Amino acid sequence: MYLLYILVGILLLGAAIGPVLYWDKGRRSLVLAIRSLWLHKMRAFLSVLGIIIGTGAVITLMAFGEGSMQEALNDIRKLGATNIIVRSRKPPENSATAGRSRVAVYGLTQDDYDHFAVLQQGGTITRMVPMRIFPQEMRRLHLMWTGRAVGTTAAYAEINDLPLALGRFLRPEDEENHDNVAVLGARVAQGLFPFENPLGKTLKLGQSEWVVVGVLKSRTAVGDAGGSIAEDYNNDVYIPLTTCNEHFGSIITYRQAGSYQREQVALSQVTLTVSDIDKVRSTGELIKQILSRHYKDDWEVSVPLDKLEHAEREQLRFLVLLFVIGGISLLVGGIGIMNIMLATVTERTREIGIRRALGAKRRDIIWQFLIEAVAQTSLGGVLGILGGLCLVFIVPPVAEWLWNYTPPTRVTALPIILALIVAVGTGIVFGLYPAYRAAMLDPIEALRHE
Amino acid sequence: MADIVRITDLVKIYYLESVEVQALRGITLSVEEGDFVALMGPSGSGKSTLLNQLGCLDRPTSGQYFLGDEDVSEMDDDQLSEIRSKYLGFIFQSYNLLPQYTVVENIEIPLLYQGIKLNAQTREWCIHLAHIVGLGDRLDHRPMQLSGGQQQRVAIARALVNNPHVILADEPTGNLDSRTSDEIMERLQQLNDMGKTIIMVTHENDIASWAKRIIRMRDGRIESDERNLHRTIGNKLVKMDGFAGNGFALRPAGL
Repeated sequence: MYLLYILVGILLLGAAIGPVLYWDKGRRSLVLAIRSLWLHKMRAFLSVLGIIIGTGAVITLMAFGEGSMQEALNDIRKLGATNIIVRSRKPPENSATAGRSRVAVYGLTQDDYDHFAVLQQGGTITRMVPMRIFPQEMRRLHLMWTGRAVGTTAAYAEINDLPLALGRFLRPEDEENHDNVAVLGARVAQGLFPFENPLGKTLKLGQSEWVVVGVLKSRTAVGDAGGSIAEDYNNDVYIPLTTCNEHFGSIITYRQAGSYQREQVALSQVTLTVSDIDKVRSTGELIKQILSRHYKDDWEVSVPLDKLEHAEREQLRFLVLLFVIGGISLLVGGIGIMNIMLATVTERTREIGIRRALGAKRRDIIWQFLIEAVAQTSLGGVLGILGGLCLVFIVPPVAEWLWNYTPPTRVTALPIILALIVAVGTGIVFGLYPAYRAAMLDPIEALRHE
Repeated sequence: MADIVRITDLVKIYYLESVEVQALRGITLSVEEGDFVALMGPSGSGKSTLLNQLGCLDRPTSGQYFLGDEDVSEMDDDQLSEIRSKYLGFIFQSYNLLPQYTVVENIEIPLLYQGIKLNAQTREWCIHLAHIVGLGDRLDHRPMQLSGGQQQRVAIARALVNNPHVILADEPTGNLDSRTSDEIMERLQQLNDMGKTIIMVTHENDIASWAKRIIRMRDGRIESDERNLHRTIGNKLVKMDGFAGNGFALRPAGL
């Protein structure tokens, strides 16, 4: 893949140099340019160092930026661009809500869910995945594991990427039949069934026994879009929502910080899938309206699409920043080139005089110096690109070795092509003035120059 | 023979920091084809200025200059460049070869700027010229690897490459010892014998004595213009390799 990009780059350069080569004077100038560069290798290298660093930095930063941005975008896309996520949120405690019963009642209710279902009948929403999530101790013989019980429906598998290690996920029949079946997260399975195949075995959740029908592979915690705490799915046990409600009732008691907490939350989260990406935002507004009936602020609606667009804007900002940085270093590099070219013009005044006397027109001189400048900068550009690519390949393994972290990278053709064009452009822009100076020299004066 | 250079009332005025310097104060001069002219005069007499005018390196303030059939005095910079590349050959005091080019490539330069495509034929022609000036075995040498006399011979070959109307030489032996000077002058002599028109600036009488015609200048005017009655002819002519008969037989069409 990278080879392809390099090939494309070489082809592009070839396309730029090709006509010059075909053109007789151009070829002569190019050969001369390379010869005089070779004559002053060190000077040429130092003068294009700015270009090398500029293009190299842009290539490297682009690759890393593109990589991490892509990863973030993928995370958000995993949440689904057409999805709307409605969550219950525990409202801040105050005397009114705490009540005497010590049961915290909040969040999405069955009533809300029914309202959403109306939207589903209207066709705006194609899928609804309710979830009831609460902390739960799980037992198997003498073993105990603390994790989360997730009461949900079979559709949960459709909106999440669930790699199965064993068995199957929940099916619609499980819900209809009110079966006591459970699908285990990877860590739960390891904890409760360390030496045996859990399929068909039972575990105890609360007071009831559940048959294991499936085990998931380890899932990487997906950072919630926007970067809040990543959820760890590996301690989850998935059970049918209907069976869940029957066995655990509406009030869940769990220990937290040494005291018992009692909560009544009908649904922790509902993920709605909208039929059309254009309707996502309006549907989001509608959902908010429905939920605004709650007298407490105990819900939140998040629209991944918003976050996606936010992230894309972020990426754009990053790109702009990058181009500013790249632009500045190329400017500095270009000025370096101009400086050296001006020195070269002074140094080669006599040569210019000789050429003029022997019949070179002003534009011949301009071309000669321009081609030399462009040869320098494009050579610098190529070196910078190669150096940048080297960094892109070297840094991740080194980072892995040093910090156990592999920064994601993504090399795309665009920055490479852009860097080449900009390098050539820098040569033209900053070579033009010295070339013009050279061409405007009086041939007699130039010939007399020592 | 027809006049190849015709100058009428040529005036050149420089402005050096608002001081007016009249370098040429009305020169009228004709040079016929095949002549060998020496321009002499003390420094500041205007001989170099005149040579620059003749070489189309500068435009006159007033007056006319016909080179062959073309009125050069009215031309712009690009046209003058073209005239130089097609009709003029230059030999300088300090050789003025390009150090980064080999002997053959140096000889090739005027062709490069004529806009003709360089090919095997033009290359062969350049090699032939290198042979003529006796540098056939030094084709790939750089100027730095050659002696002064050899460098000047490369310059002579370069001045011949475009088959010019006129060869302009500015103190061609100024940097050379007397023995090498004689050798160079013999070569110029031979070119003239072949019908090349040569105009040479010098301040040495014994160099000027090779010419057929000696023009002396003073204060921007021609002081004297006479046929050289005491002409030196090289007594031990260097045999030019492959120069028997028509030395320009190999010349590509159009040159």
